[in-house]
Amino acid sequence: MLKVAGLFTEYPNERGQIVRAAQDVSFEVPEGKLFTLLGPSGCGKTTTLRSIAGLERPRAGEISVGDRVVYSSARNVFVAPNRRGFGMVFQSYAIWPHMNVFQNAAFPLEVGDRRYSAQEIRDKVLRVLRAVQLDELADREATKLSGGQQQRLALARALVMEPQLLLLDEPLSNLDAKLRERMRFELKRLQRELRITTVYVTHDQSEALALSHSIAVMNEGHIQQIGTPREIYERPRSQFVADFVGTTNFLDGTVMGRGAEPGHFRVRTEFGEVEVRSDDDLRGNDSVVLSVRPEDVELAEARPQGDNVWEARVDQKVFLGEFLDFQVRLGGRILLARSHPSLRTPIGDAIYVKLHPEKCVALKAA
Amino acid sequence: MQAAGYPAMNAAAPFALRRSFDWKWVVIGLCVVFTIYIAVVPLAFLLWQSFFTPQTAAKAAEFTLGNYTSAYGSSETLRLFWNSVQFAVGASLFAFVLGTALAWMNERTNTPFKTLFFALSIIPLIIPGILFTVAWILLGSPKIGIINLALQNSFGLERPLFNVYSLWGMIWVDGLHYSPMAFLLMTAAFRAMDPALEESATMSGANIFQVAYRVTLKLTWPAILATLLMLFVRAIESFEVPALLGLPVGIHVFTSAIYQAVHRYPSQIGLASAYGMTLLVITTIGVYFVSRLSSRGSKYATMTGKGFRPRRIDLGPWRWVAAAVFIVYFLLIVVLPFAVLLWSSFQRFYSVPSWQALNNLTLDPYRFIFTYPNLVRSVWNTLILSFGSATVIMLVTSVICWIVVKTKLPGRWLLDNVASLPMVFPGLVLGLSIMIFYLNFDIGIYGTIWIMFIAYVTRFMPYGLRYNTTSMLQIHKELEESAAMSGASWGTTFRRVILPLLKPGLVAGWIYVMIVSIRELSSSILLYSPGTEVLSITIWELWENGQYVELSALGVLFILALFVLVMLAQWLGKKFGVKE
Repeated sequence: MLKVAGLFTEYPNERGQIVRAAQDVSFEVPEGKLFTLLGPSGCGKTTTLRSIAGLERPRAGEISVGDRVVYSSARNVFVAPNRRGFGMVFQSYAIWPHMNVFQNAAFPLEVGDRRYSAQEIRDKVLRVLRAVQLDELADREATKLSGGQQQRLALARALVMEPQLLLLDEPLSNLDAKLRERMRFELKRLQRELRITTVYVTHDQSEALALSHSIAVMNEGHIQQIGTPREIYERPRSQFVADFVGTTNFLDGTVMGRGAEPGHFRVRTEFGEVEVRSDDDLRGNDSVVLSVRPEDVELAEARPQGDNVWEARVDQKVFLGEFLDFQVRLGGRILLARSHPSLRTPIGDAIYVKLHPEKCVALKAA
Repeated sequence: MQAAGYPAMNAAAPFALRRSFDWKWVVIGLCVVFTIYIAVVPLAFLLWQSFFTPQTAAKAAEFTLGNYTSAYGSSETLRLFWNSVQFAVGASLFAFVLGTALAWMNERTNTPFKTLFFALSIIPLIIPGILFTVAWILLGSPKIGIINLALQNSFGLERPLFNVYSLWGMIWVDGLHYSPMAFLLMTAAFRAMDPALEESATMSGANIFQVAYRVTLKLTWPAILATLLMLFVRAIESFEVPALLGLPVGIHVFTSAIYQAVHRYPSQIGLASAYGMTLLVITTIGVYFVSRLSSRGSKYATMTGKGFRPRRIDLGPWRWVAAAVFIVYFLLIVVLPFAVLLWSSFQRFYSVPSWQALNNLTLDPYRFIFTYPNLVRSVWNTLILSFGSATVIMLVTSVICWIVVKTKLPGRWLLDNVASLPMVFPGLVLGLSIMIFYLNFDIGIYGTIWIMFIAYVTRFMPYGLRYNTTSMLQIHKELEESAAMSGASWGTTFRRVILPLLKPGLVAGWIYVMIVSIRELSSSILLYSPGTEVLSITIWELWENGQYVELSALGVLFILALFVLVMLAQWLGKKFGVKE
């Protein structure tokens, strides 16, 4: 449905230097899906979104929605943002303080090319306000709304003209933690119900994992990896992705040879040989970095069966309620492991570490 | 144990006694008394004076309503009022429309060269009002105005196209001169607005005009009203333009009428006071509504996002038209006035540019100026006054605003209002009331430079207060408390912690007060006496004597010096990390 190809967007900052915000960004979003641009601040995700919106004029590339090309450098097409008909929610919500709730939501219907009768506008606005549960507050001053209500109003305003595409720029980042979690469900429910194609920008990995059909991780203007939330989390293709999404242990190693199963390799590390998996075609003597998630580091007081088992020593532990974080010393390395709080091995005692080959991802060292 | 404890307690006792007498209260007390004296006394006295007959050796002052009846009994006053309102409304509207259009183009469109333009926008504020007015007389007078003559010649017209000696001429010159103020105020208003508010309107499908009208204009409405009122108050206080352009053709406004009443023989101080009170009432109402508007402005404060740089509206080919508007504006406000002064400063007698006049170029006016007996003295007076008043204002207001912002003393809001009170004084009215006061209470400063010093300190104190308050609000209470916990006394804390942290605001305010003091004319004109002239007075005197070319030479040097000073100030500001 949405297709972005070879997008480059650059702009001068206050000091006149050129910021390379989006570099060769390409992706596709199928009809009705939620696609997330995830990355640290300054990675170009917001610029990419604003280029889709038309608020930013790219230098090169092509953007099309359905059959309609809204931007193409080759064909010199640039559709003005107010003619694209996309809904957008801004990080600050941008609720107009001089209008009440109803007027805010009705604005897109009043200024558009299509003329609606007063009755039509009323019906449409009330329907969309009901969808975000603000219909009771239609006459309230917009400034009197709480943060969560402002956020829902911004969403209603973006949806009222039934856009082909919904653009969300960090819509939850101004809410407090509890509310953010609730709105996350709300947003997901609404998107799935309306089946509206959505591009979502965030720097919060848990938000991205929770909401998306598919995620693009960006860094320094480039897309690092595109995949489903599970692929991104379990099979990162680069150190950046492994590090940015979730917590992980990095271990240096050298490839010894192929492993027992296809896609498996034997890697030598400072504490011994490990059986790992990799999507890259690795060769002997390649330098690699292993990424192991803390929850995939299995700890046991009795020696477990199978390969990839070592004896380590408990260095530190932190009780966090729902789980227990261990730092164990293995060879010269400290490994972070997350375990069930029932494991009570004292500090300084020996403990066995087991790494499942499927969960040890070898990445080519940069 | 007890014996060991005794000496220690004895040692502590005198310390506690000394503590009860704290220099803190002396400093605070002095600053408060000084502020109240300086802000309230002239106002009270002006009020008193307006109800009394002049005191002479033969007759004591008596209570009378005569000043008001003679001021309001005549149809002359009605005309005065009507002229003042017409002039002030016209000039403020003109300045506003011009300034706002330029600010919008500069902030929200892709007009070429606009960063350059923003840097240049402070230059017009450097040119003192009297020089700007004189320059526009040389450009637009019906007899010698260069623009008039050029247009007449090229179109073969019989009569001059426009006459600067008219109400419209006054509005044009004054409005043009203060349009940079409108530009800066509206630029600030546009910048304060979250650009996402406009962008979300665009995303909702609104075109440029719908966004500008339904969102930008409606949201900046409080700022627009406040700017308009401020411009109005400023225009009704304006003295240079009405005096130089209005008086010769009999268009009187309040300020020029006050000036004339004082300079008539015998001078009619009571009548001037009555006019002064009227003017004061108008400006007070204006200032009151401005402050109410700006406090109400927070009603529109919304949650702000990460402040993405606002999108520029693409004007397409029209952007070259916008650039042309910038250039024409810059010509009218800086290049032409300066050029005409420069031209006339190289002439023996003033003459309109021509090939023949080009052969008569001379440095005589500069020679005259450099040997002018008053020059050195007036430069010296100007420097002493501006340096002294800037320093005193910034130090006193730093204490005042510390009291207002940081303490919980009862009545501190009153102190804030008292220190801001001089804001409502038109310069001329302030000069008048200070003159009357020190004429009646002879403490030996009337006719000396001290009376002008008091006038400057009074007049510009509110500006110092505002600069200091802005930075004081940013100093966290705990910074002071931790100094106290480290054992520092109040004086040490103030000197070592507060003042250094205030430095950005202190330096910026000091520079600002310095610059406005150097340009000051309307208070000085009633207070100077031979020997205490300042530069702007010397220019005024040259104008009165008809020494146009000499005036131009002095004006050119004056503007260049101010320009250097402002550049220096900007450089200093960058060094000290002053934010605009």
